[in-house]
Amino acid sequence: MHTPAELKYTEEHEWVKLEGKEALVGITDYAQGELGDIVFVELPAEGKAVKQGEVFGTIEAVKTVSDLYAPVSGKVIATNKSLTDHPEDINKSPYKDGWMIRITVDNPGEMEKLLNADGYKTHVGAEH
Amino acid sequence: MAEKLIFERSRPGTRGALIAPLDVPGKGVDALVPAGLRRAVEPVLPEVSEPVVVRHFTNLSVLNHHVDKDFYPLGSCTMKYNPKINDRMAALPGFASLHPMAPEASIQGALALMWELERALAEITGLPAISLQPAAGAQGELTAMLIARAYHRSRGDEARVEVVIPDSAHGTNPASVAMAGMKAVEVKSNAEGRLDLEALQAVLGPRTAAMMLTNPNTVGIFERRIDEIAKLVHAAGGLMYLDGANMNALVGLVRPGDMGFDMMHLNLHKTFSTPHGGGGPGAGPVAVRSDLAPFLPAPTLVRDGDLYRLEENRLMSVGRMHGFAGNFLVLVRALAYIRSLGASGLAEVSHQAILNANYLLARLAPTYAVKYPGPCMHEFVLSAVKQKKQGARAADISKRLLDYGFHAPTTYFPLIVEEALMIEPTESEPLGTLDRFVEVMIEIAEEIERDPENVRNAPHTTPVIRPDEARAARQLRVKWTPTRNDG
Amino acid sequence: MQHPFIPRGEGEEAQMLEAIGVSSFETLLAPIPQHVRLGRWLDLPEPQSEYQIARQFEALAALNDVPSRFTSFLGAGAYDHFVPAAVDHLSFRSEFYTAYTPYQAEVGQGTLTTIFEFQSMLAELTGMDLANASLYDGASALAEAALLAASVTGKSKIVVAGPLHPNYLQVLETYCRGQGIEVLCDPSADGVINRGWVRDSLPGAAAVVAQSPNFFGLVEDVSGVFADARSQDAKAIQVFLPHALPLYKTPADMGADLAVGEGLALGSPPSFGGPALGLFTTKLEYARHIPGRLVGETVDRNGKRAFVMTLRTREQDIRREKATSNICTNQALLALRATIYMSMLGPQGMRDVAEQCLEKAHYLAERLASVKGFALPYKGTFFQEFVVQTPRPAWEMIAEARARGVLPGVDLARFPGLQAGTNRMLVCVTEKHTRADLDGLVEVMGEAARG
Repeated sequence: MHTPAELKYTEEHEWVKLEGKEALVGITDYAQGELGDIVFVELPAEGKAVKQGEVFGTIEAVKTVSDLYAPVSGKVIATNKSLTDHPEDINKSPYKDGWMIRITVDNPGEMEKLLNADGYKTHVGAEH
Repeated sequence: MAEKLIFERSRPGTRGALIAPLDVPGKGVDALVPAGLRRAVEPVLPEVSEPVVVRHFTNLSVLNHHVDKDFYPLGSCTMKYNPKINDRMAALPGFASLHPMAPEASIQGALALMWELERALAEITGLPAISLQPAAGAQGELTAMLIARAYHRSRGDEARVEVVIPDSAHGTNPASVAMAGMKAVEVKSNAEGRLDLEALQAVLGPRTAAMMLTNPNTVGIFERRIDEIAKLVHAAGGLMYLDGANMNALVGLVRPGDMGFDMMHLNLHKTFSTPHGGGGPGAGPVAVRSDLAPFLPAPTLVRDGDLYRLEENRLMSVGRMHGFAGNFLVLVRALAYIRSLGASGLAEVSHQAILNANYLLARLAPTYAVKYPGPCMHEFVLSAVKQKKQGARAADISKRLLDYGFHAPTTYFPLIVEEALMIEPTESEPLGTLDRFVEVMIEIAEEIERDPENVRNAPHTTPVIRPDEARAARQLRVKWTPTRNDG
Repeated sequence: MQHPFIPRGEGEEAQMLEAIGVSSFETLLAPIPQHVRLGRWLDLPEPQSEYQIARQFEALAALNDVPSRFTSFLGAGAYDHFVPAAVDHLSFRSEFYTAYTPYQAEVGQGTLTTIFEFQSMLAELTGMDLANASLYDGASALAEAALLAASVTGKSKIVVAGPLHPNYLQVLETYCRGQGIEVLCDPSADGVINRGWVRDSLPGAAAVVAQSPNFFGLVEDVSGVFADARSQDAKAIQVFLPHALPLYKTPADMGADLAVGEGLALGSPPSFGGPALGLFTTKLEYARHIPGRLVGETVDRNGKRAFVMTLRTREQDIRREKATSNICTNQALLALRATIYMSMLGPQGMRDVAEQCLEKAHYLAERLASVKGFALPYKGTFFQEFVVQTPRPAWEMIAEARARGVLPGVDLARFPGLQAGTNRMLVCVTEKHTRADLDGLVEVMGEAARG
């Protein structure tokens, strides 16, 4: 299970990468492994507002559906359009090619509420 | 080698059936169909002769498991034997060729049969008012939810839009609630696998329209506190609805109407032996207490002396659910079954179903984890948690069973049991089959201890092996595509 | 003595109770409170043998008027077309008949392949991108299409253009009422769509519904109405008739977003209306929103072509209250029969059937119209069904005809919502009717008119 040290994580298995005033969001390596082969991702439209802890989309494997939770609040400025034709990128490269949305960050302070890499690893260990 | 599709057997210039030549003076299609309405491009359908058609579908058929061949231990599906007398009766031309819009005087035999079935189902359920219209259990559920809503509205109770459902419920339950425009409120099961009454009380209130319960529940256990549950729901002003999918455990033993239920649906393709046909048709009649009768779908069947008719004028009805009178030929089969078994036979059904399930549970309990110990009713749930630790999961065990000529049990349902394998033998499996199933399940468990990889890679002997379902979803191909010469 | 359907031999119960570890069966019933138990036999007759049942059922069947004894011209949503013997023979095979839903694809390739073929044939016939594996019947297929339109547009009004089958309208209303969706009906008085009214009603609509051939049998080019719908961001839903499709402009060419219909007559007799076969087709863009099962092509672990149920996450067992529909059991066996039927007939056979229905219906209509007191109230083009104005109330004509071994048509007064009056009858012709049948009807109607 790969858990990059420079990212922050939610308990629902999303990661967020702060890049200045923007952030990239995706799901973790652990999550993609648990879900299995991803077949579809439903992402919000550009311009949509997302709120920390609230559902912003869904992700589907062959026989499961899971909600996606926003790690921080902001506005969607881009979605990873290539996931429509290549949802498997989430399995193969969850932290890079499998990125889902790019958002503006309303309040960087919200990052304090998230887990760091060690905290996330502990959380996953506890879930077992 | 893969089987061909019928399209791939097409040979130009062949046909499988003759249509008699036109014997009236013809005017020609051009004269009778305006040019602007003509079809532009001929549909590509296979051109095959009758022998080729027959071979094609015969050879496809043998790729199927089917209950006439061997056991389906599928929990909650009640895959019992389909008696052949049922099919013979349904095939009588007087039934099969009957047109639904024939005049009332022309359909008295059909209506009389439906009347007899209604009376039989009323006796079996203990709920007097029946509609045979719903085409399947899910449609029966929807009908009942619409009835609940209409009932409360008729009493000025517009706020009652919540339906309480246990977390162990079949997926159609919350889906039906949503289709009826209502809100599903989930209640947790307790450590015993039964409904948590405190949790139930917490969610009941002035917005409760109904509770949807399966009893015995989806882990095969009878809700022993059903009286209290019914009392609580009724006291809160809600109606009690029974998902009748598990009626095989109750028939002739307990009547839902006597247990506090106000409405229910039955699955004729489960308890009443009508064949599954590869996915359908079934039928899902609803039964309700008498004061809910005015809300039943229209038309309702009415008897005037010796004559029967379908009464359309039903002001308080929730409306029509089916284009005509429901899945009539399925109803014929169900009545033939009820007549075959009679009172004593129906009681034997639940007796043997319960006996067979407990037998399998007792013999498999040493090998597989059992979250909710017995006695069970007509079905039970094993958990493959032990096997998961050893390297093979419920899905793999299911696949390995296919190599032995059995169908898999229901897997990963109900959701409240981890690595669930839900097993319902039904009453029509001989002891020899049950014993063979036990032996195979033990053998597979032993194989998992020695060589879990062989189980993880199962099945090994079926016509296809572990089809790529992810690919089927990612690269959607839901029809054969002809190569056309558009020019 | 055990019932023949329940295979338990002597001594086996004792053996099983011992294995379970209880001394009596009653112990297994412990969780069931005594007072809820029935405690008596069900008040039903005792078990009957096959020949006793056959006798009763044959007697009931004999009370029904069927084509073997009555020449029948009944349509109105159910049609008596020729069904080749091979359809029964193949579909009654245990492998198809007694098989469960093919969730375990490895042991369900028979069913899965034939459903894929069914989906393919439906897509070809309608011109639409995809078809699902069946719904209960045409009426519920229409209802589901309306709910889909409401769901994807976020709007809650359905506009029904032209004369829709009254039973379909009722089912549509039932499903829509549940979700607070309004259904508006065309006040059309001349048997066809009132385009002005439709245009006025479209703003805010999720979809327009147009049946063609409509309930009165008239065929209309609904592409104009569908274009109007599109301009108002409403979806276009056509209710089609499968047997007309070999000759007429397809729903796809009409511009339909969704095309639904009743497929029972593709390979099955009228069956007193059920079990039926709901046909549901649409465009690829709605694939994730459609109700019901869907079979898709893939490969297995060894690269061999295989079929599986796909886009499963739409369905109730996974998505629960957020599922696209609550449907679980469908009409798989009827879909198989339709597949075999269309394979047997092939494109030429389907076309021959359509042409015969067309020619024979027109022959009959012309002859009937020339009988004193009869008229054809609607002037539009029709396929196999048409309305006749009768000199006496239709129910009297029907009673008189019945006494002469003919069921001449459907009395439209049976549908109060149509406001058709007492003297209108819907007459249907199929390829099975001979000239003698048609001339016979004309004669009988003439006699019935005279009284």
